[in-house]
Amino acid sequence: MRELWRQPGLFTYAIFAVLFLYLPILVLVVYSFNENASQTQFSAFSLKWYAALLSNERVLTAAGNSLLVAALSALVATVLGTLLAVGMWRYKFRGQQAVRFLFFVPVIIPEVVMGISFLALFNLLGVRLSLLTVIISHITFCLPFAALVVQARLEDYDLSLEDAARDLGASRFTVFTRITLPVLWPGIAGGALLAATISLDDVIISFFVSGPTSTTLPVKIFSMVRAGVKPDINALSTLMLVGTLTLAYMAHRLRNSSRNF
Amino acid sequence: MSLFSKINRVFPFLVQPGTLWLLLFTGLPLLVVLNLSFLSRNSYGRVVYEYTIANYTRLLQWEELLIILRSMWLSLEVTLLCLLFGYPLALFLSRAARRLQPFLLLLVIVPFWTSSLVRTYAWITILQTEGLLNSFLMSVGWTSEPLTLLYNHGAILLGMTYNFLPFMILPVYASLQKLDPTLIDAARDLGASSLQVLLRIILPLSKGGIISGAILVFIPALGYFFIPDLMGGNRVILVSNHISLRFTQARDWPYGAALSVALIVLTLLLIAMFLRWSKRSGEKVELA
Repeated sequence: MRELWRQPGLFTYAIFAVLFLYLPILVLVVYSFNENASQTQFSAFSLKWYAALLSNERVLTAAGNSLLVAALSALVATVLGTLLAVGMWRYKFRGQQAVRFLFFVPVIIPEVVMGISFLALFNLLGVRLSLLTVIISHITFCLPFAALVVQARLEDYDLSLEDAARDLGASRFTVFTRITLPVLWPGIAGGALLAATISLDDVIISFFVSGPTSTTLPVKIFSMVRAGVKPDINALSTLMLVGTLTLAYMAHRLRNSSRNF
Repeated sequence: MSLFSKINRVFPFLVQPGTLWLLLFTGLPLLVVLNLSFLSRNSYGRVVYEYTIANYTRLLQWEELLIILRSMWLSLEVTLLCLLFGYPLALFLSRAARRLQPFLLLLVIVPFWTSSLVRTYAWITILQTEGLLNSFLMSVGWTSEPLTLLYNHGAILLGMTYNFLPFMILPVYASLQKLDPTLIDAARDLGASSLQVLLRIILPLSKGGIISGAILVFIPALGYFFIPDLMGGNRVILVSNHISLRFTQARDWPYGAALSVALIVLTLLLIAMFLRWSKRSGEKVELA
């Protein structure tokens, strides 16, 4: 008798499961190239929905906002997260447990609560919702993820390299720029890409902290979907799909390369 | 002793900026919410600085408790569905040929690298009245009228399960991969059937993965409001969209804050419960 997991049933199930995972995405992409507006009848190949996007100023503004927010928040979150990861790993200090707890708070708090807490803070401080408020909140929820990727890289980092360099007369600064940074680099870049992916993906928090002029692409798509299904959303979604897939794949490659060091 | 090994410091410079940032933008906002939950509002919906516990007593009303219970029930259903559909796939992945595993794993993960909003929208286009599934069902003659496949409980379950599936598959796969195959051989030699092996060896030994998966699905599912919103047609009130509406349309921030505090407490209690449960069973739970 064959083992349960060698039986054709499980294999067939796996095939159907994978099909089920890809089906919605495939349908979305195919109908974004459909000449007519139907989501069922495919008449002819056309790029007209993509062309329509290019003349939709609000969508373009939202896309520009999203890219700017993702780039800036990934940059700041990665710098802060890298310093935090290296510091937590290298030193022992009073209150380290408290910092570790604080670090996990943005990860475990439900997203909707994080969103409203930012809104309440900005409101209390009298800060108007703008791109700045979006960037500040994105930095906050990206920080732990960027730090975690760097932390994973630190696990196989050999401190004796630094000792050797110091013995040979390198200054602390030289050690940092010539040894620490190059060794940690794949982790840092991987963390930054992950942060950018999460930022580009976020709907819930941005929904609360973006003002009328600082709408991000996912928030814009959210309001478009609420209004109804239109083929230009298919085209926009396909473009977002290509963007996030590329970023996520690059992050994945970098994270894996850091294991083989 | 290494010059750079663990050094005792008062508060190392390297951790200062990150800690300060998190204090300012995670700690402080949560304190603001806590404070807000004890405030009142006037008839225009403006927050006034009169301290009260009215928001919390309102929370204990039956209709409000029902919303929280309904949300927890939905999260539980989603978690169980993810386990039901994810476990066999994780089992298949962990038993596939070693050199194929990274590729197969990537095949399963890639769809989830795309935005969850985009994936939710994709399901809406398929399930809508003029959607692909209805036109397929009508063309094969299973139904003459288009069915209402969207804006109901089933649609929410489908959207949420699809969204959270990898959070169950990955930890379960990780724990199944560590399972010692000689245990299975031993059980087989002693005459156990496949089903017995599954129920008495594989399932118990992957408990840690199941618990990790349950935390990773159940808790975010409590706070996700846009899937119930879009696929449930805004008709089902859950704690997540209830909170969201207090802050956007209803202009009742203090009560929304009280609901948020309740949700945080609930989340922390659940995590503590899950972790205790896993400690008792002696399984390692990995969340990162």
